[in-house]
Amino acid sequence: MNPVTAPAVDVKADFPVLKREGPDGRPIAYLDSAATSQKPLAVIDAMSSYYRNSNANVHRGVYGLAQEATDLFEGARERVGAFVGGETPTTIFTRNATEAINLVAYAWGREHIGEGDEVLITHMEHHSNIVPWQLLCEERGAKLRYLGVTEDGNLRLDELDEALASGRVKMVAVVHVSNVLGTINPVAEIAARARAAGAACLIDGSQAVPQLPVDVAEIGADFYVWTGHKALGPTGIGVLHGRRDVLEAMRPFLGGGDMIASVGFESSTWNELPWKFEAGTSPIAEAVGLGAAIDYLAEIGMDAVRAHERDLTAHALESLARIEGLRVFGPTDLDLRGGAVSFEVKGIHPHDLAEICDREGVCIRAGHHCAQPLMRSMGVPATARASFHVYNTREDVDRLAAALGSAREVFGL
Amino acid sequence: MDSLYRDYILDHYKDPRNFGELDPHDLEGHDHNPLCGDELGVHVKVSADGTTIEDLRFHGQGCAISQAAASMASEELIGMKVAEIPGLSAEWVTDLLGIDISPTRRKCALLSLKVMRGATGGDASWPE
Repeated sequence: MNPVTAPAVDVKADFPVLKREGPDGRPIAYLDSAATSQKPLAVIDAMSSYYRNSNANVHRGVYGLAQEATDLFEGARERVGAFVGGETPTTIFTRNATEAINLVAYAWGREHIGEGDEVLITHMEHHSNIVPWQLLCEERGAKLRYLGVTEDGNLRLDELDEALASGRVKMVAVVHVSNVLGTINPVAEIAARARAAGAACLIDGSQAVPQLPVDVAEIGADFYVWTGHKALGPTGIGVLHGRRDVLEAMRPFLGGGDMIASVGFESSTWNELPWKFEAGTSPIAEAVGLGAAIDYLAEIGMDAVRAHERDLTAHALESLARIEGLRVFGPTDLDLRGGAVSFEVKGIHPHDLAEICDREGVCIRAGHHCAQPLMRSMGVPATARASFHVYNTREDVDRLAAALGSAREVFGL
Repeated sequence: MDSLYRDYILDHYKDPRNFGELDPHDLEGHDHNPLCGDELGVHVKVSADGTTIEDLRFHGQGCAISQAAASMASEELIGMKVAEIPGLSAEWVTDLLGIDISPTRRKCALLSLKVMRGATGGDASWPE
């Protein structure tokens, strides 16, 4: 491994909340970015400036202020789309990734999934990419099937062809990067195999867009969803990218203002893409904030972000391996995993690990990470998880290792 | 000494009393903490006249706080009247634990009481 002395990306000072002191008086070591990322000043300022200087409702007003708000909102959409290789009209703002998946499950699923059809997901999914499909399958009399996960934390892709061979699979919905195992799945290959078998494909990129260079056109899935708040942006905004022909053929999801062309007494006609899927007043300030977030990431460069997270992950895997009784879940090959490391320490429940880490200002997550089927297939009730972003340093990882040592002491191990 | 992980808490965590299953049993309960996925079940044997808890076993998995709470509670519950259980308060458990429970760990401490109340016909929602 490269003996890196200074982090390649050194941006901690851009994130005000990271100056906050933990119980021991030191600034916190925030290692829970897979749950939500911290926000750089650029994002906070962009949203504040929007409300201070430019706030108006979008798309309707003829006055200058409304035009400015519309330009900021639509400008953000254009940059957000381009950031991941998507086109502007097929970049749809939702409330979060969960809503984007629900949009597809309802607006596409109800038209295309019928009795006896199958939806194929995986044991690695977040609840957000499980429950909408359970609801859909229950309603339509369809069957929900799962691809398994190998012991070293990779998808059982050998089961994919067998599952697709039935000819009944109409949707394959897969996570790009696992929020628990960190596994990076070969989503372009999965999308291609789904398409060859006549199935649509949805990729949940919530953990991928924040840390990897992503090109949705290259991946070629029918739908690609992600969320703003894990990518340094605000909460309350997610993104759905879809294939234009598929989106155009779909019925709307939510009905209301902004998504219509005209409203009659009995029926209405729909607005063009992307607005057809954006009923009601949009998260305008949030779009402006997300625009600032992806500008910030683009300035660092997603290749540099990925390299930084890879370095922190390598350092974490190495440091944690020295702790007695500690077991890491997920792939050990750094090319196959992103910046989330789940682990357990024999004799200490993950909740207790997180509690003792907190005393030293180290913020980690403990629990099922909204992935209970994965926990069951791994045979554990819960794990502890450290996850990284651009603002983390090797020192944060060292503090985690030290805090885990303290936990072993408290528990007399 | 650690303010939360006191010696007796760790002792009950590492060596939980009255843990396992009890067959046959007269009453049973099972529940989980949705925040962390921890699970706890209980088997209860009552006296022939149906009034007194003769024996019980908790089973499941959880953190030091939830396991110690179940273990310490089990020692008190054996011999109590079945009719008393639904009326036991959250404070009954936290006093038993004798440590300050932060809001984020409160459900860990109260899971065993929730399960016991449910098993004895009481309110199975989270104790206040």
